Amino acid sequence: MSEIPAIELRKINKSFGPVHANKDIDLVVKKGSIHGIIGENGAGKSTLMSILYGFYHADDGDIIIKGKKVTIADSKAAIGMGIGMVHQHFMLVDNFSVLENVVLGAEDSALLAGGLSRARTELKRLEEEYELRVDPEALIQDLPVGLQQRVEILKALYRSAEVLILDEPTGVLTPAEADHLFKILDVLKNQGKTVLLITHKLREIMAVTDTVSVMRRGEMVATRETGNTSMEELAELMVGRSVLLRVDKEPAQPEAPVMEVENLTVTDSRGVQVVKDVSLSVRAGEIVGIAGVSGNGQSELLETLSGIRRATSGTLKIQGESIDLGSSTLDAADMRRKNMGHVPEDRHRMGLINSFTEYENSILGYHRDPAYSRGLLMDLGAIKKNAVAEIEKYDIRPPNPMLKTANFSGGNQQKIVLAREIERDPEVLLIGQPTRGVDIGAIEFIHRRIVELRDAGKGILLVSVELDEIRALSDRVLVMFDGKIVGERGSNADEGELGLLMAGVEDNRMTAEGGVQ
Amino acid sequence: MSGGQLPRWVDLGLIPFLNLSAAFLVSGLVVILIGENPLDAVKVLLWGSLGYAEGFGFTLFYATNFIFTGLAVAVAFHAGLFNIGGEGQAYVGGLGVAFACLALDQYVPWYVTLPFAILGSAAMGAAWAFIPAWLQAKRGSHVVITTIMFNYISFSFMVYLLGNVLKKPGSMQNETRTFEDGGRLPFLNDVFPSFGFGYAPVNLSLFVALAACVAVWFLIWRTKLGYEIRSFGANATAAVYAGISPVRIIVVTMLISGGLAGMMAINEIMGSQHRLLIDFVTGYGFVGIAVALMGRAHPVGIILAAVLFGMLYQGGAELSFEMPNITRDMIIVIQGLVILFAGALEHMFRPAIVRFFTPSQALAAKEA
Repeated sequence: MSEIPAIELRKINKSFGPVHANKDIDLVVKKGSIHGIIGENGAGKSTLMSILYGFYHADDGDIIIKGKKVTIADSKAAIGMGIGMVHQHFMLVDNFSVLENVVLGAEDSALLAGGLSRARTELKRLEEEYELRVDPEALIQDLPVGLQQRVEILKALYRSAEVLILDEPTGVLTPAEADHLFKILDVLKNQGKTVLLITHKLREIMAVTDTVSVMRRGEMVATRETGNTSMEELAELMVGRSVLLRVDKEPAQPEAPVMEVENLTVTDSRGVQVVKDVSLSVRAGEIVGIAGVSGNGQSELLETLSGIRRATSGTLKIQGESIDLGSSTLDAADMRRKNMGHVPEDRHRMGLINSFTEYENSILGYHRDPAYSRGLLMDLGAIKKNAVAEIEKYDIRPPNPMLKTANFSGGNQQKIVLAREIERDPEVLLIGQPTRGVDIGAIEFIHRRIVELRDAGKGILLVSVELDEIRALSDRVLVMFDGKIVGERGSNADEGELGLLMAGVEDNRMTAEGGVQ
Repeated sequence: MSGGQLPRWVDLGLIPFLNLSAAFLVSGLVVILIGENPLDAVKVLLWGSLGYAEGFGFTLFYATNFIFTGLAVAVAFHAGLFNIGGEGQAYVGGLGVAFACLALDQYVPWYVTLPFAILGSAAMGAAWAFIPAWLQAKRGSHVVITTIMFNYISFSFMVYLLGNVLKKPGSMQNETRTFEDGGRLPFLNDVFPSFGFGYAPVNLSLFVALAACVAVWFLIWRTKLGYEIRSFGANATAAVYAGISPVRIIVVTMLISGGLAGMMAINEIMGSQHRLLIDFVTGYGFVGIAVALMGRAHPVGIILAAVLFGMLYQGGAELSFEMPNITRDMIIVIQGLVILFAGALEHMFRPAIVRFFTPSQALAAKEA
């Protein structure tokens, strides 16, 4: 047991213009341990790791690796010092094989053949040693994300990484895949590697780490032995006050259905069926949650219902009207006129125009509403007045309607979208990933608004990949897998059961095999 | 980190100024290489374009053309479209002006003809932009490619029309007959003799151009259509989410853009030449791209950039006259450098300037 830490950071500082992203960060990572770093989005975790991996340079402070003070000029230098990184978004070439990806950038010589055969032997050894099985000849594009991530880990090990940094590694994984990843991390640890796990999910920290450090607004606020702390304590440290992990709500009082979908099938541009024969209904005064790992048709379902995407076939009943979605030409504006609001999954790509001001974004999709226009012209007075009112009601900060939305934080951007859609008083609200990339304080606020809307007798269809969120908010939970609805549960659904459904284990098989352990 | 926000005066003033300075610095080096004194050259250029009323009149005449073609490119920019077809749209726009003038000039005064000429030029320019717009909207054929091709089609089309259909009987020139007074816009020299514009062809279409600037500003920033155009240009996915039809925006924007380019013909045909002739556009359509880039696709910026390019045209002509070593081609080199630094290399100085201004901005924020 060596007492020299694998990595030690002393008084690291980093500023981007006016933003002090890292303030006097001290961190000691023991060799052969799994060390978690947790914090809200924007707490400075990624900046700190980027400094360690050579993407950024600290303004001041020392980096000490294995007892020696170093400067890390770039990622190549970091790799040379035995630091490997698995990025949140994989850095893989889709149409290369696993082997080619592993070798890429470490080819040894101008001719590939020799390097490749050496790499194949080495890869085989690594696979055996760390139980990281993956076919070296498979193309990346044919592998599920879980295996792609394994390739990223292999890449780092191939470059003799002693310290592995994983940035939000479970964001794209099913619960089962995540569990498998944690097993891999355990094996790595037992083989003497050091793992730095960046995440904002408390559960993961509790499940795998030995030590956990909490960051808040650029500062390292605490380091704890994982065994001596609790989720509640960590959550409190992350936000600086205690937070309700549950949403307070009364049982739903559902009334008549406000939206019914029958036999909806959607085919994407490649001709692949992404939504398969989905039927569901949403009643007034209830929140219907759709759980599922992202990429199982939820996005397409929302986009079709909101008029953005065309369906192949299916019927939508809304406001007493039955619409044949296979032949309708209704666009998003038409659906809004039918009192359907839509908070899209991706606010940057769809929900906001980030180069526009807050007030311009506050009417996106409603700009033809007579309340905000006079003939051909926009009624800027009315638009700004409405924007100011929404800013006040939703506590959007900074309270400046003239600011471009790009300059708001994630949580405030989401509030701008939410305010726009809720304040138009829709009968049905489609919501995708309401709290993705949003800090805990704003999550609480957003969840409260959604429940208030439900209590006002509106129907809500909620899509989220965060199981906790689905369970906290929904009155009924539908699970989507491979374009189909594979199961329905009540508001107190068992998490393990939902997880299995999300992973494609069929409802009947689950009961046949004696349920969940 | 996002690109960082600069104070407006830096974004709209300092950066264009630095780009221009760089362009003139390099131009100065070229002038030295030729063996002339660059300071003398600048003096001639400034005097020739601004120094006396007639020269200034020419500057304004060229600027009028650039305002129209610059606005055309700018409107398309706002929808994220790159209309390189201003040249052809202006050329075909000439047909609209000529039809109005040839039909009416013998019967009514110019101010009756003018509205028809405006409508005619805009309609013909828009029509020429329609097919590329439709192909982009429906088939995804890129307007950059199709508008360039339509420029070449317009060149042949106009030569055919002027050589075979519209030619004045018994003439050797590929041109229509000369319009009577009812088809001629008054020269500013005739309206305001005291300014002493002399033989400069600057005419009342300058005011049409300025009105077009106001109209474009109003369209882009005050109307629902403008909001939709800007939404589509800034984030097409979000525009679809907002129920804005891409087909409609692409087609409508390109029609407006083509119409504005077509209106350039009012200045040349009704304002100066008084007949439709071949090759009257001579690059104004292409330079409009640079004008729009320099003017940040904003009407005020476009007016300033149009005057600058007008100065280069007029001052350049004087320069090649005063300093025979500096030929017309040299002037084109200088224009090319301005386009290069103001357009293509627009981002050259930006990162450094962002770095320079961000800390001071932070201080300012703290003080506030």
